[in-house]
Amino acid sequence: MAAEQREIRDDALDGSQLAARLESIWRTPSGLIGTLMSVDHKIIGRRYIVTAFAFLFLGGMLAILMRIQLAGAEQRLLSPDLYNQVFTMHGSTMMFLFAVPVMEAFAVYLVPLMVGTRNIAFPRLNAFSYWMFLFGGCFLWISFAFNVGPDVGWFAYTPLSSLQFTPSKRADVWAQMITFTEVAALAVAVEIIVTVFKQRAPGMTLDRIPLFVWAMLVTAFLIMFAMPSIMIASTSLILDRLVSTRFYDPSSGGNVLLWQHLFWFFGHPEVYIIFIPATGMASMILATFARRPVIGYPVIVLSLIATGFLSFGLWVHHMFVTGLPQLGAGLFTASSMLIAVPSGLQIFCWIATLWDGRPVYRTPLLFVLGFIVIFVIGGLSGVMVASVPIDTQVHDTYFVVAHFHYVLIGGAVFPLIGAVYYWFPKICGRMLSERLGHWNFWLAFCGFNIAFFPMHILGLMGMPRRVYTYTPEMGWDRLNLLSSVGAAIFALSFAVLLANAIYSLRKGTLAHDNPWGASTLEWATASPPPPQNFDRIPAVTHRDPLWADSNTLPVIAGLSAERREVLLTSLAEAEPQIREASPEPSIWPLLTAIATTIFFIGSIFTPWAVMWGTPPMAITLIGWFWPTGSKEDEE
Amino acid sequence: MKQSVVRNVGELPTFGFGPQSGPWWGAMSFMALEGMGFAIAIGAYLYLYAVNPTWPIGALPPDLWPGTAETIIFLLSIIPNQYTNRVAHRQDLHKVRVWLVVMSLIGIVLLILRGFEFAHLNTRWDNSAYGSVVWLILGLHTTHLATDLGDTIVLAVLMFTAHAKPRRFSDVTDNVFYWNFVVIAWLPLYVLLDWVPRL
Ligand code: HEM
Ligand SMILES: [Cu+2]
Repeated sequence: MAAEQREIRDDALDGSQLAARLESIWRTPSGLIGTLMSVDHKIIGRRYIVTAFAFLFLGGMLAILMRIQLAGAEQRLLSPDLYNQVFTMHGSTMMFLFAVPVMEAFAVYLVPLMVGTRNIAFPRLNAFSYWMFLFGGCFLWISFAFNVGPDVGWFAYTPLSSLQFTPSKRADVWAQMITFTEVAALAVAVEIIVTVFKQRAPGMTLDRIPLFVWAMLVTAFLIMFAMPSIMIASTSLILDRLVSTRFYDPSSGGNVLLWQHLFWFFGHPEVYIIFIPATGMASMILATFARRPVIGYPVIVLSLIATGFLSFGLWVHHMFVTGLPQLGAGLFTASSMLIAVPSGLQIFCWIATLWDGRPVYRTPLLFVLGFIVIFVIGGLSGVMVASVPIDTQVHDTYFVVAHFHYVLIGGAVFPLIGAVYYWFPKICGRMLSERLGHWNFWLAFCGFNIAFFPMHILGLMGMPRRVYTYTPEMGWDRLNLLSSVGAAIFALSFAVLLANAIYSLRKGTLAHDNPWGASTLEWATASPPPPQNFDRIPAVTHRDPLWADSNTLPVIAGLSAERREVLLTSLAEAEPQIREASPEPSIWPLLTAIATTIFFIGSIFTPWAVMWGTPPMAITLIGWFWPTGSKEDEE
Repeated sequence: MKQSVVRNVGELPTFGFGPQSGPWWGAMSFMALEGMGFAIAIGAYLYLYAVNPTWPIGALPPDLWPGTAETIIFLLSIIPNQYTNRVAHRQDLHKVRVWLVVMSLIGIVLLILRGFEFAHLNTRWDNSAYGSVVWLILGLHTTHLATDLGDTIVLAVLMFTAHAKPRRFSDVTDNVFYWNFVVIAWLPLYVLLDWVPRL
């Protein structure tokens, strides 16, 4: 008790004194080792975002290679074997190393700020997650450089991916990359759930949670319930390949369709793991630029939750051509159509918001509008392939390639780029150029449609996906050329984005705290935010706190100014409960990730890695959790 | 922006038990996702069971005694586990030490029994899909058992060092909570592995 009395609290200090003190407690140590020890959600979030975008560029380069190859009949740029690797690497990189991680990355950066806390829950787990993601991604790409890139498609169907038909290490690389990225994703999901449940600023009741945070919460639950399935799938696949288990070996009671069930039980929710965060971004951007709160907040929240639940009842629609019983096919068709309802409701809410607001057409809003247009088209072709007879026709043709790029790029990449323009000033302290932003948008919008719309027609003309070339007699070359030109324009739009970012980092207009006049808490602190995020934890009385009162921010006092402390609040009402210590920087998450990496990669080569790989992991984990006797442990 | 202090939380405690604390929710989330992992593995077992005309494939069902002995010990272990919980809530350091040691010993016994269980499955992982899925499920649960045992031992050691600070008691209760999960997860697996092949 005596010790507590002597502790300096943030109510004893004020202004710059308080800020300086908190900053010295919360900052990441300097130097290389310090950098590697960081547990600051903003630093890790930034790394996560940059890394995910690096993978987008790598995956995009492969896409361009494919489009060059397909631009005319009988091209010879890529050999058939290399083409198999390239489309597999493209799909796997985009799904596992870009789309899912980038959404989580934004959440890692933004959710703690939006809920008004100082760091994410389990900051060391967060650091570990990033390292696992980075190492898994590098592992995949280094393997590719050594010509052992996976070549079995991004869903690695058995029996193609079994040892008999893929005797090289390529499928193992795929399976282990999955393990890396799923570990990383699951870790972030847990952090987000606990951050949202326990670290919301006092007064942020459930109906005051910003929509992006809601979206990320639903996504985190989807990750939690979908990813275990792919973990079991990839583990059993690799066991089949390495120690001759028989999961997928029909001659010993195994079953190849089991793979498809396990994969798509994860794979369909995966689409929503990518899409739901993007809708959250769209809702935030729309509110800010329509200059009014989003219409139908409860409707949007409920439809997010409904989408989450429904997304687990659809996976079989990826298996319509495997010969399902009639009733099953009917049910899954119906549920696939049903999921269009909540998405439709959200779109109506957005349109109403725009209608009733005074929209300001800045770049972020343009991207959101582009998203709505493209996504509606993607949704239409989706409803088409949800019906069994149509799917039977177009299955494995370019119609499907067109469809899923409309939903993935339209539904996730467009809002994401909008989000980059929107939150760049917060993260980097400078505005992106609007002029380049408009160029960026129009190039992207036109390029995208020119690249992907013709693919619908190609698909209907019978062009199968995953073919490295075609003969001139097929008559597919003109549309393919058009598509490739569109892809080039689309790629150019990303070059503009990159140029804009590099230019604006140096020369962009300085951003103040709230350059867009937005309503949520991340805009109540400096741009970029200091290590402690907020000098005092905000107290929330309104769903749009900064619009309710734009001059004064009600805050809470009484947290420690001597050690890292976060405020825990109750689940529903966000009533303050505990001042909990928050972990200090540590090198152990990195060491644990290295030990885990050795374990994972080693086990591709010898099952004994499970034996000698475990002790280092155990040791690093103990190092991680062993109290250092420093500040966080004093009590 | 100007700030106006509307409330002071300086009097709040610095740690708490159960749903008040962050780590409890962390443990809860991990249990949920691991529970999902078990559910999926069970689903895979039942799927293979459904598509195969004979089950078990080319093997006798597992011998009953190791699994049954484990089940009994698992169920009984709930009692000392609850004692651990109670003394941790009371922050009784001495008793917490005792019960953590007891729980560690129970974990070790179970892990040894688990070794016997593998030996008495009457199938290898590479015999058939049946063998594969049985080994997978048992392996999955063994990982949980071993992890929790490791955690219990580390906590027990911690409690004998200078790090036995009050907030550690909260960690102990989370560990208790997780052990209950390991026990509860075992029950359906026991039925599945030992009894379904006898149907
Ligand atoms: C630069 C823009 C992009 C272009 C030009 C492009 C182009 C292509 C092409 C031509 C294919 C078909 C390969 C084949 O079947 O032979 C393909 C497949 C695929 N793309 Fe993209 N893509 C782009 C961006 C994306 C993005 C952003 C995502 C995900 C977020 C994505 C996900 C996929 C997936 C999952 C496949 C399937 C791979 C497989 O068949 O295993 N693509 N892409
Ligand atoms: Cu689907």
